[in-house]
Amino acid sequence: MKLKPRVIPTLLLKGKGLVKGIQFKNHTYIGDPINAVKLFNDLEVDELIFLDITASIEKRTISSVIIEQLADECFMPFTVGGGINKVSQIEELLYAGAEKVSINTSALSNVDFIKEASNNFGSQCIVVSIDVKKNIFGGYNIYSYSGTIKEKISLLDYVKIIQDKGAGEILINSINNEGTQTGLDLLLIKSITDISNIPVIATGGAGNINHLTEAFKQSKASAVAAGSMFVFHGKKRGVLINFISEQERKRIAE
Amino acid sequence: MLGIVNLGVNNIRSIYYKLEKSKVEYKIVSSPEDFKGISKIILPGVGNFGKAMNRIDELNIREILVDFATNKKIPFLGICLGMQLMTRGSEEAPGVNGLGIVDADTIKFSFEDNSLKIPHVGWNNIILTHENPIYSNVNLDKSVYFTHSFYVVCDRDEDVASKTNYGIDFCSSIRKYNLFGAQFHPEKSHRNGFQIVENFAVIIF
Repeated sequence: MKLKPRVIPTLLLKGKGLVKGIQFKNHTYIGDPINAVKLFNDLEVDELIFLDITASIEKRTISSVIIEQLADECFMPFTVGGGINKVSQIEELLYAGAEKVSINTSALSNVDFIKEASNNFGSQCIVVSIDVKKNIFGGYNIYSYSGTIKEKISLLDYVKIIQDKGAGEILINSINNEGTQTGLDLLLIKSITDISNIPVIATGGAGNINHLTEAFKQSKASAVAAGSMFVFHGKKRGVLINFISEQERKRIAE
Repeated sequence: MLGIVNLGVNNIRSIYYKLEKSKVEYKIVSSPEDFKGISKIILPGVGNFGKAMNRIDELNIREILVDFATNKKIPFLGICLGMQLMTRGSEEAPGVNGLGIVDADTIKFSFEDNSLKIPHVGWNNIILTHENPIYSNVNLDKSVYFTHSFYVVCDRDEDVASKTNYGIDFCSSIRKYNLFGAQFHPEKSHRNGFQIVENFAVIIF
């Protein structure tokens, strides 16, 4: 039996506040993370992802104090990321109540960190997050530091390497589509799920239920994560915490 | 008093804070002295089998855990890796002895079908093999949250409390007299799942 596809709201933190942008830019403040978590908890979402998007750039790590407060409201698993580059930080975040940590920039500068992390805590709690942007030749480049620094390594090589190093899941994010709510980059997702034997969380661009359905139909993604879709409502992007209904869930799983 | 074992590598807060809200008294234990007055034990766990057993030995609590579970027959609940630690050993750490309080081994998932990803991560259903007080008032139509690459194989079918299908029907929880184990995370399976932890905390076995 295949698992039900997971649908995961992603919340972006800038320090203590919740923000959301478009294509990794123009972030606006949308509210208090604790309140958002309480609402998502009542909506019984599958999982949550919290990413502190300025942590790596500011050479700090996502605050374990905030994670502790969020964990107390969460009756579901959640992943945290932002500036993690030491085993001791992972220990602190797991202890605070996170189920998994997401590693991005530090894995690109030192891929053995993934091995060290999975050896210590098990693969199941190590998510490697990859931010990619399309280049003019139609291929993809990986970016670190919240989409600001272009990396040299090829995407598919990197996916194979991180699997070998013990990554437990891959979070693949399209910078071009992120925040646009125009649909996910299905070719990108498919190229990753075709070569991976670990679960892939696809993200970047989901705006409605059809986008989620087509991602699950056209690729072997295990989960889709989305930000805007679950925190905004309507054309004016008014803040409204929401989630898909039970019926919509069934439609996705068909 | 309910004791929650703190190995430093497990996220115990997600359990004790919620128990606190449900007005359940507990104590966090991490040394042999802490076990005084403990009448129930929860052993949560995430992470690596070998590292966790090492930590148990560093804390010098292997003997007392085994004694409480087998001789004193104190209700004992292992969660996720905590359930695997109750077995004799795991393919994750060859040569490392588990607690060995259930007659079982922990082995790795292995599938030829590439669409069955490992780890088994996500929401899946459990099917009870027999009546079990730990599942009272739990809606089993709702799924529970799993995240693991290894699973437990019991020597005897009667020790298997529930099964879950992922490529194979594997043992998703165990029950042997006073001993319980859950491969999934009840504390991360919405309020419905947390009922299992609350049941364990309040039921007299």
